[in-house]
Amino acid sequence: MILIGERINGMFKDIREGILNKNPEPIQYWAKRQYEMCAGFLDINTGPTVEPQDQPAVMEWLVKTAQEAAPLPCCVDSTNPDAIEAGLKAHKGKAMINSTTADQWKMDIYIPMAAKYNAAIIGLAMNDKGVPKSAADRVALAMEIVVNCDMHGVPMEDLYIDPLMLPANVGQEHGVEVLETLRQIKTLADPSPRTTMGLSNSSQGCTNRHLINRTFLIMSMACGLDSAICDVNDDLLLDEVAAANLLLNKDIYCDSFLKTFRSR
Amino acid sequence: MAVTIAKEKWTSKVGEMELGAGPKAVKVGGETSLSFLHFEGEIPNRPVLALEVWDMEPTEWPDMVKKPFEGVLADPVAWAKKSVEYGADVVALRFMSAHPDFKNAAPEECAATAKAVAEAVDVPLIIVGCGVEEKDAAVLEKVAEALNGKQCLIGCATEKNYKTITAAAMVNGHSVIASSPLDINLAKQLNILMTEMNLPANRIVIDPLVGALGYGIEYGYSIMERARMGALMGDKMLAMPVICFVGQEAWKAKEAKSPDEESPEWGAQAKRAILWEVITSTSFALAGGSIFILRHPESLKHINAHFNKMMESNAY
Repeated sequence: MILIGERINGMFKDIREGILNKNPEPIQYWAKRQYEMCAGFLDINTGPTVEPQDQPAVMEWLVKTAQEAAPLPCCVDSTNPDAIEAGLKAHKGKAMINSTTADQWKMDIYIPMAAKYNAAIIGLAMNDKGVPKSAADRVALAMEIVVNCDMHGVPMEDLYIDPLMLPANVGQEHGVEVLETLRQIKTLADPSPRTTMGLSNSSQGCTNRHLINRTFLIMSMACGLDSAICDVNDDLLLDEVAAANLLLNKDIYCDSFLKTFRSR
Repeated sequence: MAVTIAKEKWTSKVGEMELGAGPKAVKVGGETSLSFLHFEGEIPNRPVLALEVWDMEPTEWPDMVKKPFEGVLADPVAWAKKSVEYGADVVALRFMSAHPDFKNAAPEECAATAKAVAEAVDVPLIIVGCGVEEKDAAVLEKVAEALNGKQCLIGCATEKNYKTITAAAMVNGHSVIASSPLDINLAKQLNILMTEMNLPANRIVIDPLVGALGYGIEYGYSIMERARMGALMGDKMLAMPVICFVGQEAWKAKEAKSPDEESPEWGAQAKRAILWEVITSTSFALAGGSIFILRHPESLKHINAHFNKMMESNAY
């Protein structure tokens, strides 16, 4: 399970202020903190307050600042292709692009970009018509992303399909569809594409958010989830992932398995 | 869609260990793929072969194993030299005399023998106790001290005696054999306990206590294979080279021990017994074994030839 730490995002107040004041402290704090909490990638998002023309420069600064503080690759997260490319240029190691949808015009931008920078890429199982209701429609869109990646030589282990979970309080019926989508994505190609999920989305606006997040994460892991963008600053979440890894036979048991998981 | 050749991509590697000091030092481990799959990763080091030497005459060994060492079996120094002449990469010195059922030799006596052997041969040494956990801890403590700086591999450390043995290895610059009975979880846990004492992970080898062909070889095989896959997927506490005590197991098998007149239908013992040791070793090499402790020099010759061939690159 690859955990992508969600915390370096301009939607959070401390990060937004860090960006506005060019203060690296909050960015580096969260880079280190998430590294200690087993993150495998740092999601980096400028947030909505930065003007589009400023986003590339801010993204470049965020990526450099975060990578100075922690030896982790970044998941460059933006809806602005120029910001993504600026982040990729500044990045050391193998980055991840967050994200393309299944709209052809977007795939034509981001997938060649992934190939050019040897980056992984997240593909959202949606298009300009929105998030599909059924698993079948999600899988159809995922297949379009698979084909486009193959055309550009992006290997399946670099493609992370996000079946898109909606908050439990507004889209309760999506949960089972997402789980079914995860199962089916694994049959789309051999080797199969990987999967990811914006986990915190499942509990947006709900009470007991951490509980909902953790529960859905474990259910999804059983259906084939390989990674998640999530709040890694949650000890219980890490413990549960460690236990799920064992039960899914992805990690070999030892009595100190909780500690071992964290000492990666 | 274009055809892509599927090759397994692993993210991690087996730790690399150096044994011995000087020109005859050997390296084991360091693989980034399953055994001998040169087309999927790096196999930087050839598995190494050791011949077993006892510090007392092994009266119960079958005549066939005693024959090549005629005249030196009561003298560990001469026996060790003979083993090097036969082409052993490493000498595995076993302190059987320390066993309470035999001579119950004192740790100091063992240390003196170890020193004499180390001075007589220039290949790395593996030092093994008599198998009584408490006694092994006492013996290895003294022997490790006597061999300070020789970068030996000492063991076998178990759940019961690992503390003394690990400490002795750390102080004197040796590596440790960690033994656990055919159980991957116990193996992992013992490695964790030993590294928590600050012994670097690349100074541990795993001894899964394998059995010979016909005597549960498949259990050892599957555990080694699983440990290797764990290692390649990033489990640092399983990313150690594996040692296989093949000689002691193969020569326990009746198929190896039984002389011609006893089982004529099985064919000549001279051929059959050697094959038993060879097949057991080469099978474990495929499962990921790195160090093999053998008893017969003829087996060593055959396994060497096999390893030389397997180390030729099959990359494409």
